[in-house]
Amino acid sequence: MDLTFTPEEAAFRQEVRAFIADNVPEDVTETLRAGRHVSKDQLVRWTRILNEKGWSVPHWPVEFGGTGWDPIRQYIFQDEIQRAPAPQMLPFGHSMVGPVIYTFGSDAQKQRFLPRIANLDDWWCQGFSEPGAGSDLAGLSTRAVRDGDDYVVNGQKTWTTLGQYADWIFCLVRTDPAAPKKQMGISFLLIDMTTPGITVRPIRTIEGGHEVNEVFFTDVRVPVENLVGEENKGWDYAKFLLGNERTGIAAVGATRERIRRLKEIARAEPSGDGVVWDDPRFRQKVAAVEIELKALEMTQLRVVSTEARSGHGKPDPASSILKIKGTELQQAATELLMEAIGPFALPFEAEDQDGRNEPPVGPDYAAPIAPNYFNYRKVSIYGGSNEIQKNIIAKAILGL
Amino acid sequence: MDFELSEEQSLIKDSVTRLLRSEYGFESREKHRAEPLGFSEAIWQSFAELGLLAIPFDEDDGGLGAGPVETMIVAEAFGRALVVEPYLSTVVMAGAALRHAGSPEQRAKLVPGIVEGTSRLSFAFAERGTRYDLSRIAMSAALDGEGFRLSGEKTLVLNGDSATGFIVAARVAGSLGETTGLGLFHVPADAQGLTRRGFPTQDGMRAAELNFEDVFVPNEAVLGDPEGAWETITRIEAETIAALCAEAVGSMQRMVELTTAYIKERKQFGVPIAAFQALQHKAAEMYIALEQARSMMFLAAMNAGEDDDAARRAAISAAKVQIGRSGRFVGQNAVQLHGGVGVTMEYEIAHHFKRQAMIDLMLGDADYHLSVVAAQGGLDED
Repeated sequence: MDLTFTPEEAAFRQEVRAFIADNVPEDVTETLRAGRHVSKDQLVRWTRILNEKGWSVPHWPVEFGGTGWDPIRQYIFQDEIQRAPAPQMLPFGHSMVGPVIYTFGSDAQKQRFLPRIANLDDWWCQGFSEPGAGSDLAGLSTRAVRDGDDYVVNGQKTWTTLGQYADWIFCLVRTDPAAPKKQMGISFLLIDMTTPGITVRPIRTIEGGHEVNEVFFTDVRVPVENLVGEENKGWDYAKFLLGNERTGIAAVGATRERIRRLKEIARAEPSGDGVVWDDPRFRQKVAAVEIELKALEMTQLRVVSTEARSGHGKPDPASSILKIKGTELQQAATELLMEAIGPFALPFEAEDQDGRNEPPVGPDYAAPIAPNYFNYRKVSIYGGSNEIQKNIIAKAILGL
Repeated sequence: MDFELSEEQSLIKDSVTRLLRSEYGFESREKHRAEPLGFSEAIWQSFAELGLLAIPFDEDDGGLGAGPVETMIVAEAFGRALVVEPYLSTVVMAGAALRHAGSPEQRAKLVPGIVEGTSRLSFAFAERGTRYDLSRIAMSAALDGEGFRLSGEKTLVLNGDSATGFIVAARVAGSLGETTGLGLFHVPADAQGLTRRGFPTQDGMRAAELNFEDVFVPNEAVLGDPEGAWETITRIEAETIAALCAEAVGSMQRMVELTTAYIKERKQFGVPIAAFQALQHKAAEMYIALEQARSMMFLAAMNAGEDDDAARRAAISAAKVQIGRSGRFVGQNAVQLHGGVGVTMEYEIAHHFKRQAMIDLMLGDADYHLSVVAAQGGLDED
């Protein structure tokens, strides 16, 4: 047992840290430090900088552009990205459909799609959830009917994150409604968003932002070559995809960065004769989150090092801990930020309001704080709600 | 970064686990603690034979030269079985005092007895007003010729009623709350002027009050600088907390196992109560609390020997917060999920619950250590 990073791992961390510090465009750093969302253009620029270095899809097999790093190095890389802060890669290609394509896709699909994902030439979005299929994903009803060399797709997807920018969507569709189990009649299709019959409609989320969408399919023709793997095996690929959402999900580095910012704000915000940070009760609340976060970081390292030893195995059900605790702490940090700013969380400023000339009401860091708090209620809901994660722990770990 | 045990560490774990499995089931434990000393001398000898009492001491002193990770392995196994033998007081606490402050001669004199299981030392630091601040020591050690005279009272001395000797923290100079002027003194249990009154503890162990009336301690029984023991005291504290964390985790693990087994077996409304989602989610939350505690147990072991004082304190305090909170959550819910039998002496779960409650109150509860971390400005990283 050696619970410290090896000198090689520490050197690797320094290398990554230095590269990030030298290469994240300044406007991107500013956006992130202010707690705002990066734009499409900013994310594309950063992805291409990483891709040029060979680091945009580090966890992929080397033959498709991966780095060959072991899980510990991948963890360190991810941690440094979150810590910097630098933008996270758009997960839909990078961590979701990319691995599905190189694992289950045809050679043609690999050649066509993978390099474009690595360079963010194609912006992917995810077509899983439907109005009637949330936690019970296999209850989806979007239909795909074979017609000659095409599938004809009809139905609706929802909660499609950043679908407004998407060039492609990967979808779970029902191809065999008569299958004995609802999981058995599902297929995995890659659909060009410019195909006639697709309509994208924005959903305004709680904080006023446009992050998610509804996507409607009306007689959308999808060439059969865009089927991944076998027809009616889509549920297996979806499970694989969801199981890959592992180490990043705890967002330890991102929460640590958010707490750093929280302290900065608490040290600046006036309260009584001093500042918010002078209040021992407030500091204890922050320390309590930091302690849980430290524990989660160690938990994550334990999961990662188990993975490093066992190689690519089945998803570790312990990753449900990462999801639950990680999201609870993300929410706790956004909540404490709002407590730190106090009444100056009040003014609303639309984020997409271009060419704004008016000065902000209150401190310039205030505007995104309440919206982030509102928006982050999503994290314990998406990706398998925290209640579903508890079901997984009860069943897969405790055998209940 | 590697959480796997080395071959030697696996050996320690296997041997202690094997011994406890055969000699330390719950019913055996109740027998051991009913013995006159409050624990089993035979078990203590078995620990000696397995080398467990030698773990942290230097090989030059007759020890195994192992570190906090090995202590963690043993303490975790002990927590699981609710071991009542004086390992914490003798090997961890008094052992740390000897290792950090003892001269080669003092170690040569005292360590072999510990390792062989013939002497059991307890660390006497707490007084009525000490609470969690170990600098609040009033007991005086007055210079007297070739030694010191100790006068005053010590309390809550773990296994103090059966100890063959004590490492006593007393004040040579300065006043209550000052970190300078403190010394550590080795005092045999039969020293003239020392009286003790043993008592049982809530968690099935034993402790004692000690009264010192002009007890003479010769210079050669002073560990280190008679006015400069603070650094050693903080190290004893850190190593003890790290061991307590491991003990708590072993016990929490056992509680999760006992509870999940119980709810799968217990039937109400015609089904095992584990079929109810309300209970499943509680059990899942207990598991999360356990694993978070286990992570901090590792952090504590990693940092127990850290030389940077602030870094060590931050990590150890953070661990104690997590362990205290997790222990309370797991313990309370383990009892709740057991229902009525959870609040009886007859069931093992109740004894784990009580041990967790007492561990939280030793050397600083969760709130105390949270305030320590907060006062340092939190856990600032790099």
